[in-house]
Amino acid sequence: MALKLTISDIYKSYNGKEVLKGSSFSFDKSGIYVLMGPNGSGKSTLLRICALLEPPDSGKVKYLEDNNRILEDNLNLRRRLTLLLPNIGAFNTTVFKNIAYGLKIRGIKKDKIEEKVEQALDFVGLLHKKNQNALTLSSGEIKRMGIARAIVIEPEILFLDEPTTSVDHENIKIIENIMIQLKQRLNSTIIMATHDSISARRVGDFFLFLEDGRIKF
Amino acid sequence: MNFLVEAFKQAFYLIFHLDRELLQIIGLSLEVSGGALLIAAILGIPFGAFVGLKKFHGRGFIITLLNSFMGLPPVVVGLFLYLLFSRSGPLGFLGLLYTPTIMIIAQFILAFPIVAALTHSACVKVEPDVKLAARALGATSSQVTRTVIREARYGIIAATVAALGRVMAEVGGIIIVGGNIAGYTRVMTTTIALETDKGEFELALALGLILLLISFLINIALFSIQKKGAQKPQWL
Repeated sequence: MALKLTISDIYKSYNGKEVLKGSSFSFDKSGIYVLMGPNGSGKSTLLRICALLEPPDSGKVKYLEDNNRILEDNLNLRRRLTLLLPNIGAFNTTVFKNIAYGLKIRGIKKDKIEEKVEQALDFVGLLHKKNQNALTLSSGEIKRMGIARAIVIEPEILFLDEPTTSVDHENIKIIENIMIQLKQRLNSTIIMATHDSISARRVGDFFLFLEDGRIKF
Repeated sequence: MNFLVEAFKQAFYLIFHLDRELLQIIGLSLEVSGGALLIAAILGIPFGAFVGLKKFHGRGFIITLLNSFMGLPPVVVGLFLYLLFSRSGPLGFLGLLYTPTIMIIAQFILAFPIVAALTHSACVKVEPDVKLAARALGATSSQVTRTVIREARYGIIAATVAALGRVMAEVGGIIIVGGNIAGYTRVMTTTIALETDKGEFELALALGLILLLISFLINIALFSIQKKGAQKPQWL
């Protein structure tokens, strides 16, 4: 495992309402961590803070290398992680261009992009939809496209926020299989927030509960 | 009734025989409005995007100002520029009054708020998740901005087309600052006004029909752009 994440004493409030009240944990193993908790318990907030997309009000988010060297919060570090949002945030363009985005902004060459995107599309079973506009996909397909868009950049830590929400039963199974394969393929850490305990049990290795603004395990 | 039929006949004659004066007037109209729109787009799109994407002190005031200036009366713009650029005005030494340049300036003043305000609105309407997803995928701040502008492209094109419609149909401002000089500053709208005044309706009618056609084409373009841009995720 190349990258470890430690959070300590994270506090976050929105409009005076305290969502996180001193959450602490060390994600130091490869595998799938499942963060469970009811709607509104702060799972998404915690993932955004962990993915360095939002600062906490107080507390620390630390990324460490294997030799325990603490990494600075900069673009280099941010590009080693990614977060899959519940609504994906699909761009109004083709499926191919959506998935190529992360590679393109990293300055990867065109032929390499093509090869990697096609591999990712094949992995999530959407190769036949590569020239279709992403906004015309079904909810399950769009989640799969989101996963392909995230894994194509080969993140060392992948955050998944409710990957199986608003998805039909068949697509839930496909997504769960993708995640299990992903764990073996990437050999990295996947941190998934969900309120779907059945799905969590099927794919998870480590289980955490967010209750009253704190992580319990 | 007869005179109306005769006027239409003459108008079609001028159009189909590509009358030299008619073509020259259309050419200058397109030059003035196109020039004004180009400058308004070059300055207005980045400005509108900046106001839409960045939070800064006085942002609300600028948005209100832009929205108010969208309905700026052309004659007021014409009057303001006339006072500024007339021989006794502070910028009179530039000698721009009664030239196509000042007509472009006048139309730019009318087009800029439309382009900027509608670009701002298009950028604001982009789903916040799109911006967050770009950041989550490792985009820098300028890459996120470019992504949002690309997502707002249909709204931005619609803004530009709407501004073109406004300046092409404008008469009050350019007649004051341009002076409606034949062969030099005479454009479609000012010619229509003049010829109607003179009671010579053939040229006015021919230009009116062409202006209507341009306006119709602009609206078709606007409609198809808005239709394309209205595409929403099927699963939402």
